[in-house]
Amino acid sequence: MWQALREELHPQGLEIVTVGMDTAGPEACRPFIEAAAPTHPSLVDVGHVMAERFGVVNIPNGLWIDEEGVVVRPAEPAFPPGRGARSGRGVPEGTPDHMREIFEEASKIQADPDAYVLALRDWVAHGSESRYALSPEQVVDRSGRRDRSSAEAAAHFALAQHLWRAGDEPGAVRHFREAHRLQPDNFSYKRQAWSLASPGTGPFERFWQGPVEGREAEWPYESDWLSEVRAMGAERYYPPLDLTPADDPQA
Amino acid sequence: MILEDLHVPRERFEAETGWALKPQGACRGEICVPLPPGGDLVDVGAVAERLGMPLVHDEEVGLWALGPASLEDRALPTAVAPELELPDAEGALFRLSSLRGQKVLLVAWAPY
Repeated sequence: MWQALREELHPQGLEIVTVGMDTAGPEACRPFIEAAAPTHPSLVDVGHVMAERFGVVNIPNGLWIDEEGVVVRPAEPAFPPGRGARSGRGVPEGTPDHMREIFEEASKIQADPDAYVLALRDWVAHGSESRYALSPEQVVDRSGRRDRSSAEAAAHFALAQHLWRAGDEPGAVRHFREAHRLQPDNFSYKRQAWSLASPGTGPFERFWQGPVEGREAEWPYESDWLSEVRAMGAERYYPPLDLTPADDPQA
Repeated sequence: MILEDLHVPRERFEAETGWALKPQGACRGEICVPLPPGGDLVDVGAVAERLGMPLVHDEEVGLWALGPASLEDRALPTAVAPELELPDAEGALFRLSSLRGQKVLLVAWAPY
């Protein structure tokens, strides 16, 4: 995933840290970490601490931190080189129709990994002189909304995760639903809850993210991935990557 | 942050919220929010009110959850990166601040 870029840019002073967030536990992240075989720090976050502390509302997201520990780009969609959303994956024979529909919708999701990596290389080469390094005021301004209701959503999400890990599934669902209601544009909250409730089986279990046909009454949430992305329009799933130079008056 | 009791040790409050409790108040980066005088146990209700942190109570399970600060309505109240201490898949703890002196790309991903 990020390993090739890390090899390229580490000699120039960049370290990459990846954080796998999943209430299901470190074992859910492990196969992906082992496949990527990273030489950079690769952490697991069963409580979504990174999301709460840095304002991450969907994944994958990246942010840049300079040598002094100052954020110069807040959380925004970040795909490793050559990867855009879930597009371009072949759908294997025997894939359930529900998953085919998800793949079809996901292929419409807009992502611009090449532009992001070009901007990253520019920052690594030029530091604070890079046109993509934002001022502290711009970073705070672009760091995402956190009004009272989204802060409350975070508290409910924390309770939901705690109760899920304690084996109290009805309690967890109660608080996941509150988090979804209070901050409807937070897709991490939704994808996490939907993946834990998914009745799918086999390799698609975590990605099913919705009810099974004929068993809709068992689905504990107001919405599901496919319905929600269709309703909002897949092109709006991630906010557009705003690489307007920091010194541009429109930035 | 999950609580059974609204008074918690200072170290735990600092580690789980990312706010440092100093004589001048609760601080993150260049921001310090004045607090009423306190001892080694943090009065979470009082601090929550000053920092705009919601406290959610679930009576059924007897737990409180303290949400993040909502100062200025932004997720980052300051550009100074908060501390982040997390384990790797083998359980070894890593602190983000150990990378001071290097540029860092911090990436959040998920298996779901």
